[in-house]
Amino acid sequence: MRELTYTQALREALTEEMERDPSIILLGEDIGAYGGVFRVTEGLLAKFGPERVRDTPISEAGFIGMGVGLAMTGKRPVPELMFMDFALVAADSIWNQAAKMRAMSGGRVKVPMVIRTQQGGGRGNGAQHSQSFEALFTHIPGFKVVLPATPADAKGLLKSALRDENPVMFIEHKLLYNTKGPVPDGEYTIPLGVADVKREGRDLTIVSYSRQLLFALEAAETLQKEHGISAEVIDLRCTVPMDIETIVRSLRKTHRLLITHEAHASCGVGAEIAMRVMETAFDELDAPIMRVAGLDVPIHVSKTLEEVVLPQPAAIVRGALRLMNGK
Amino acid sequence: MSLPKDLLLSMYERMVLIRAFEEACVQLYMEKEIRGSFHPCVGQEATAVGACFAINPDDYMTCTYRGHGACIAKGIDVNAAMAEMLGRKTGISKGKGGSMHWTDPSIGLLGENAIVAAGVPIAAGAALSAQMDRNGRVALTIFGDGAINQGAFHEALNMAQLWKLPLILLCENNLYAEMTPLAKSNPLAQVADRAKGYNMRAMVVDGNDVCAVYEAVREAARLARAGEGPTFIEARTYRLLGHMIGDSESYRTKEEVAAWRERDPIKRLRAHLAQAEGVSEAEFDAIHARVSRQIEAAVKFAKESPYPDPEEAYTDFWI
Ligand SMILES: Cc1ncc(C[n+]2csc(CCOP(=O)(O)OP(=O)(O)O)c2C)c(N)n1
Ligand SMILES: [Mg+2]
Repeated sequence: MRELTYTQALREALTEEMERDPSIILLGEDIGAYGGVFRVTEGLLAKFGPERVRDTPISEAGFIGMGVGLAMTGKRPVPELMFMDFALVAADSIWNQAAKMRAMSGGRVKVPMVIRTQQGGGRGNGAQHSQSFEALFTHIPGFKVVLPATPADAKGLLKSALRDENPVMFIEHKLLYNTKGPVPDGEYTIPLGVADVKREGRDLTIVSYSRQLLFALEAAETLQKEHGISAEVIDLRCTVPMDIETIVRSLRKTHRLLITHEAHASCGVGAEIAMRVMETAFDELDAPIMRVAGLDVPIHVSKTLEEVVLPQPAAIVRGALRLMNGK
Repeated sequence: MSLPKDLLLSMYERMVLIRAFEEACVQLYMEKEIRGSFHPCVGQEATAVGACFAINPDDYMTCTYRGHGACIAKGIDVNAAMAEMLGRKTGISKGKGGSMHWTDPSIGLLGENAIVAAGVPIAAGAALSAQMDRNGRVALTIFGDGAINQGAFHEALNMAQLWKLPLILLCENNLYAEMTPLAKSNPLAQVADRAKGYNMRAMVVDGNDVCAVYEAVREAARLARAGEGPTFIEARTYRLLGHMIGDSESYRTKEEVAAWRERDPIKRLRAHLAQAEGVSEAEFDAIHARVSRQIEAAVKFAKESPYPDPEEAYTDFWI
């Protein structure tokens, strides 16, 4: 199979879907002439023209609010938030408007808008450019929430997002753009809300998503090689809808669960997964659920500090060993 | 006032309908049939009717929690609107939206909005949609004088002018934002001056003169359809009731309210119709009787409608 970067895979998804569906239009800061600060939209202006690839002023609340109006009138807007952190600037357009329009109208309108953004740390971008907000989107109902970890998933999930009738938050990771992976030739999509077993194992289940999934895989490798522990690694891929079924199926085999994400631990997605597992599969658990997540402090710049705040593969290994040893 | 008599008469009837709707709602609120938020637009009927009669049924519109007048002027089903006020299953949003969220895409209504200024970028998006589709539609967004101090408003004005969107921005300047008088919330000589910073065309009209509003909006719509971009219209009006039911109105004097009652837009249009168009008392009586019957029927319809079933809490959300 051919190899593509995460960026190339995303660009392919956008290109194919824009060719298929003329109602898809991109809006955002420096996405057109410049090609996007993360290069995802490079070349799309030349291909689709300035009406469909629209450079905007620095007005996140404004252009996401416009996205709501576009979506309600038959378009499929894809506003790009350059950094997830700026969602807070556009919070009203996102959560009071896009997320609620359909319910408030008793189902009379729909808002098929895909907000594309990237999040996460690991690059020293500091406290206002490194945050992971999937929990906010999971908490407030209204958006499907997608967090691809691999190029193949990025493409297939973005294509599905662009065909979904609901608002979708499509969350990329800034340190995944240059990662490479096999991407199938030809047309394919991956349904939203279906987790994927990325590594099979017997002794414990590790659930993760986005870049942290790569850390989970790295930790699983170490656990196998150095400790003879076989970890199954599940890529949740979406936090809304949340596929608990795939996790429970794995737990019937492993009976031990470790959840790891880059976002702050408190009230994070891990807490939600743990609760849902308790509600549906408590009896499968042979040990308390373990969580390895970001510290509850702002994300510092210096490498030595950032690596403390954001959970590294070694932290997942330590967590897994504690989980296996029951202490 | 030089508009055709038939148009004036139908505008008059619609204004009376809006007034009667709001007065019925005040009554129903007192009777606890209506719960939650209700912001009557009594006194502002001319801006709503003048604006909506000047655009086409398929033109887009957003307005605010004080938007019953605009929605009724745009053509919302009054029975469904009343049922929505009472939280009934037959409501325009099946009882899920209430007073502040009437939405009806079949008449281009992309929603009232309970967040100050949020409807402005949404209408700008609809205007962009119309511009891209080259379908000749315009988008009208109606908002209050308080909205001009919100970030979303400024961002939307900037992009609307930048991209020459077919957008009409109608500010209902009723002199107060909740309890705060205009002079305490912005340093402008007049609200319409906000448009200057965006190099946007602006007009100021008497918002209690339905013909003045009609003509301003019609001209703005003509320009928008001709590719001439957005227009900002400041319509000066006054809400004759409090901000919401139960407002003590301590921030304004009885004399001020009384003076504005003299400028009641319905009274003014009636006087004009009587004097200039020779409309008789009997004709007015017939209009008022028709409106009363319509409102009585709407209240009856709403009261006899069932409440939503509990299972409906989960419906009309995900697709
Ligand atoms: C963003 C936001 N802030 C505050 C409020 C509370 N609020 C509701 S109405 C209102 C006043 C708005 O005044 P104006 O825009 O002049 O409209 P009017 O009520 O006079 O029609 C305020 C502050 C709100 N709904 N939304
Ligand atoms: Mg006001």
